[in-house]
Amino acid sequence: MDEILNQVFQVGFFAAMIRIATPLLFATIGELFAERSGVLNLGIEGIMLLSAMTGFSTAYFTGSLWLGIAAAMLTGAVAGILMGVLTVTFGLSQHVSGLGLTMLCSGLAFFFYRVIFGQPQSPPNIESFHPVALPVLADIPVLGPVLFNQYALVYFALILVPLTAFVLYKTPWGLHLRTVGESPHAADSAGVSVAAIRYQALMLSGALMGIGGAFLSMAQFNAFTFGVISGRGWVCIALVVFGQWGPWRSAMAVLLFAFIDALQLRLQASAVIDVPYQVFLMMPFVLTIVMMALVSRNARAPAALLQPFRKEER
Amino acid sequence: MIKLRLEQREKTSAWLNLALPIAAVLATLVLCGGLIKIAGANVLEAYAVLFSSALDSKFNIVETIVKAAPLVLTGLAVAVAFRAKFWNIGAEGQFLIGAMGAVFIGTQEGLPAWSLVPLMIATGMLAGGLWAALPAFLKTRYKVDDVVTTLLLNFIVFYGMMALLDGPWKDPLSGYPDSPDIRMDAEFPILLQATRLHLGVLLAVLAALLVWWLMRFTTLGFAIRAVGENPRAAAYAGHNITKVIMLTALISGGLAGLAGVGEAAGLHFQVMAGISTNYGYTGIVIAMLARLNPLGIVPAALFFSIIITGAEAMSRSTGVPVFLADVIQGTALMTMLIALLFTSYRIRVSTARHG
Repeated sequence: MDEILNQVFQVGFFAAMIRIATPLLFATIGELFAERSGVLNLGIEGIMLLSAMTGFSTAYFTGSLWLGIAAAMLTGAVAGILMGVLTVTFGLSQHVSGLGLTMLCSGLAFFFYRVIFGQPQSPPNIESFHPVALPVLADIPVLGPVLFNQYALVYFALILVPLTAFVLYKTPWGLHLRTVGESPHAADSAGVSVAAIRYQALMLSGALMGIGGAFLSMAQFNAFTFGVISGRGWVCIALVVFGQWGPWRSAMAVLLFAFIDALQLRLQASAVIDVPYQVFLMMPFVLTIVMMALVSRNARAPAALLQPFRKEER
Repeated sequence: MIKLRLEQREKTSAWLNLALPIAAVLATLVLCGGLIKIAGANVLEAYAVLFSSALDSKFNIVETIVKAAPLVLTGLAVAVAFRAKFWNIGAEGQFLIGAMGAVFIGTQEGLPAWSLVPLMIATGMLAGGLWAALPAFLKTRYKVDDVVTTLLLNFIVFYGMMALLDGPWKDPLSGYPDSPDIRMDAEFPILLQATRLHLGVLLAVLAALLVWWLMRFTTLGFAIRAVGENPRAAAYAGHNITKVIMLTALISGGLAGLAGVGEAAGLHFQVMAGISTNYGYTGIVIAMLARLNPLGIVPAALFFSIIITGAEAMSRSTGVPVFLADVIQGTALMTMLIALLFTSYRIRVSTARHG
């Protein structure tokens, strides 16, 4: 047993965990903004997939990774607007709208990938992001290689959590967002435009999900594959619940999930436990459901989540 | 200034029920026509191939009908669940586990031949039903969001199936991740000679009739709708909400499981990685297009069967990626959702002058 533990828990393990957490953190925080404004964004899986495609393609043709990230964010924001048209302007079922958005975005991702690249023998790839060692900080033992010798996007993800907490709890916009999500009528009476806030939240949500998707096709991997997201978006929805709709707790949920995912990858690779590798692939999903079962009974979602808002109807 | 606003309608006129899905489909085809153009093909030509290829010979018509059978069943599965607002996005997984259940029975050497088909159907439906009952249990008991659990369970059952196909069920000769074939006498009977029209197609049609009857004429059907429309009122009226949702899940999962049985026992005679081409997710689109009406699901499923089979022919002859079919599904779901607005609302144009 000791041998397994030593093999698993090395510095490299925790560095890998942070890398796994990064795209999930972007997408989870994105989902959190949408849900705190009162809209469940089930488009997440499709938005991540489409952004992974647009980000990768842009980087492929322009040679600029950061332009790729910008394209991915734009893709997500546009998808967010579409979600807003359906759920805010038309007040349609958030469940069905989100699933429709995921289907549409996934279809578009595959469609345009084929239109752009055809069916080449070997999938096209890019020179993906390289880790950037932060001076001084990277030399700290253990913590340095785990946190400070990572992709630039990882640092953004680490800053994103306190930034989100600040925006949500310390700025007027954050107050408006939370009020719109808890009590849209009160917000409306106070002169806050419910629709405007929800559109803004959805665009921000989509842009962050976009970065999450693009991280996978541009940093974690160097190519777009059809299975690049494979359920990660759905997991993020669960992580928001597990994180009780708070930025710090959601970040903790992401780290816990990433820990488990990194662990299963290590165990899979070390081959010390003799079970089919698919069982390891299954593990994160099983654990997500268990996590949900543990917290959901006491979970307090934003009161106006799933509720469309129409001024004249009370 | 011209203002548009939504106004509640008192009653939905009957012709709208037919007009809306048609309008939604037409809008979808127009929107997706833009994509065909981007892909560098002639829009009308591509659509002509798409729609005609699925229907241009007796053989192709039968194939389209055969393809529609699992879609009818997953569409029904979603429709029943959504009526109770049990958000079952897990028809995909319930389909897979149903197919596995059928193959498990169909490969048993000890069973008498006559018992195989009924046992396969029963096992597959039960497996699908129980797989759907799990998220329903978590929803009613622990308030776990059903959308997330049903989605995650799809991945779990898929990886479980792959472990099975890579392990105990692996074909020792080919080494492919395909299960062993079911026994010859376990195969669904063919209904029309020299075609692939199998028993599963008949079962799908019967299921549509049965579900229509269930939802319209039985107490359970009434209870399912009551719980979906207003759970608090349904509880006041004496319905046991937990029980209704559990039964809904069993029925819904059973229907999706039956779809898997049909594909395994009527078409492929085994389980393999690609046995479901997103039937569970397409079922959502079909159910919505049919406005959750069990009888409307049959034409909606036929329509998407045409799209899915036709897209391949279109792709071969015009070079437009086959994934157009997926885009059409997503777009149709959205346009239908918007079209549904007009059943309960009308757009009122009012002119107001600035003072």
